[in-house]
Amino acid sequence: MALDYSQKVMDHFINPRNVGEIENADGVGEAGNPKCGDIMKIYLKVNPDTKIIDDVKFKTFGCASAIASSSMATEMIKGRTIEDAWNLTNNAVAEALDGLPPIKMHCSVLAEEAIHTALNDYREKHGMPVIPMEHHED
Amino acid sequence: MFVYMDHTATTPVSPEVLNAMIPYFSDVFGNPSSVYSFSRKSRGAIEKARKQVADALNADTSEIFFTGSGTEADNWALKGTLEKGKIAGKNHIITTSIEHHAILHTCEYLKKVEGADITYLPVNSEGMVSVDDVRNAITDKTAIVSVMFANNEVGTIQPIKEIGALCRERKIPFHTDAVQGAAHLDIDVKAMNIDMLSMSAHKMYGPKGVGALYLRKGMRPENFIHGGAQEKGRRASTENLAGIVGFGEAFEILKGRLNEDKAINSSRRDRLIAGILERIPHAKLNGATGDNRLPNNINFSFIGVEGETLLLDLDAKGISASTGSACSSESLDPSHVLLALGLKHEMAHGSLRFTIGRLTTDEHIDYLLEVLPEIVARRRAMSPLWEDYLKSIGEK
Ligand SMILES: Cc1ncc(COP(=O)(O)O)c(C=O)c1O
Ligand code: FES
Repeated sequence: MALDYSQKVMDHFINPRNVGEIENADGVGEAGNPKCGDIMKIYLKVNPDTKIIDDVKFKTFGCASAIASSSMATEMIKGRTIEDAWNLTNNAVAEALDGLPPIKMHCSVLAEEAIHTALNDYREKHGMPVIPMEHHED
Repeated sequence: MFVYMDHTATTPVSPEVLNAMIPYFSDVFGNPSSVYSFSRKSRGAIEKARKQVADALNADTSEIFFTGSGTEADNWALKGTLEKGKIAGKNHIITTSIEHHAILHTCEYLKKVEGADITYLPVNSEGMVSVDDVRNAITDKTAIVSVMFANNEVGTIQPIKEIGALCRERKIPFHTDAVQGAAHLDIDVKAMNIDMLSMSAHKMYGPKGVGALYLRKGMRPENFIHGGAQEKGRRASTENLAGIVGFGEAFEILKGRLNEDKAINSSRRDRLIAGILERIPHAKLNGATGDNRLPNNINFSFIGVEGETLLLDLDAKGISASTGSACSSESLDPSHVLLALGLKHEMAHGSLRFTIGRLTTDEHIDYLLEVLPEIVARRRAMSPLWEDYLKSIGEK
């Protein structure tokens, strides 16, 4: 398949931001993609007083669009509160990347779900109610 | 540096072939079917090409029929033979699970539209079909056996002569898709007991959009393209004159240098395989080794990484290759060939195919061996799957 990625996608794919792990992370989440079997893992460091995400790292097994989505999504939630970060949608990630090919939209869903899982992991560990996850068609 | 490592996808038209084709666009343009003397030259050119193709296969010129592609030749052989077989109550097709989509999707169509029964034979872990499996699958309803000569993804060469002998003995038409095989191997249709064989010019430094079907004397599948009386009334449509001329020329040149090419390609292939195994930990070669593998095919799986990312990283370094990863297919399914070899999804995901050829130099092999290990290592370092894998084998 010909790969028509935007320059933003290529930039985040070639030089992904926030790659790695956080030791003793406050929240960890993993999401898998039933379609093609890809995996994304998110690590959060959250300020206990302000509930602001001080640091976030990811590891992703997947295509260029999955890696770029992970990179962009982590940039978008860094410095935001955990409540605020929950509202990040896969469409917002795709938009920030100047769009994804239609067949690759599901790769951005992976980012949204991994972040939600990590946020819920944090909430659970800190005695906050977990938020029900929405499941996307795409 | 432009390093083209995808000769199995297609090849450039060679300069000699292009030169042979040029007169047949604007100068010698007469319709080969016309009566006037001007058209005789066009007819002559087609008959010369037919002889070139026939000679390359040890066939008779009356047994070569030009088509619009390898895909069309496959469609014709399967549909035409099944339709013929149905008249005699035979509606069973035996093929393999590693065929090109030109065969597999045609079989699915025949199942849906003609109610054909299809047997997809398995392959072993090297991608080889067993002759015994073919024997055991044959019934009195079998209309055709179709087994590819050599696989396009992993390069495994099939026991064609033996399957051909078996089918001949059982009087079942035997077709082989030799779109890749004919581009690299010596094929003698008589000695190999082949009844029908598909070829394509663009895999052998000829033009795209022209192929041929070899039909042994007596093989009369129903027509596939209906219309005028071209190709002795067996395949309608005004001939692709320049394309056919190019095909004939390309095949003759290919045969003339086949042994030399085979030696160079297989030595570079084996150097690349050895180099990758030496430099990249946990790299797995897919397919067979030595003489059972196409001389130009290298296919590896790198656990923990996804193929499309590797392709883009390689592309950024000027290297063109291919993958069987789910992420790079329209359907998001991993390569059916790699799955048929028994690979797990994650191994099919991390597959890369390099196919070498006339554009390849020793420097290209060195360059690939220099850049690939870094690319794989960098992407593995971002992968949670790689980490899990290392833990599972006790390396972390
Ligand atoms: C084994 C095999 N069969 C058939 C085809 C289709 O040939 P064509 O491109 O001429 O239709 C190909 C080409 O990719 C092939 O590798
Ligand atoms: S992760 Fe498989 S297509 Fe993007």
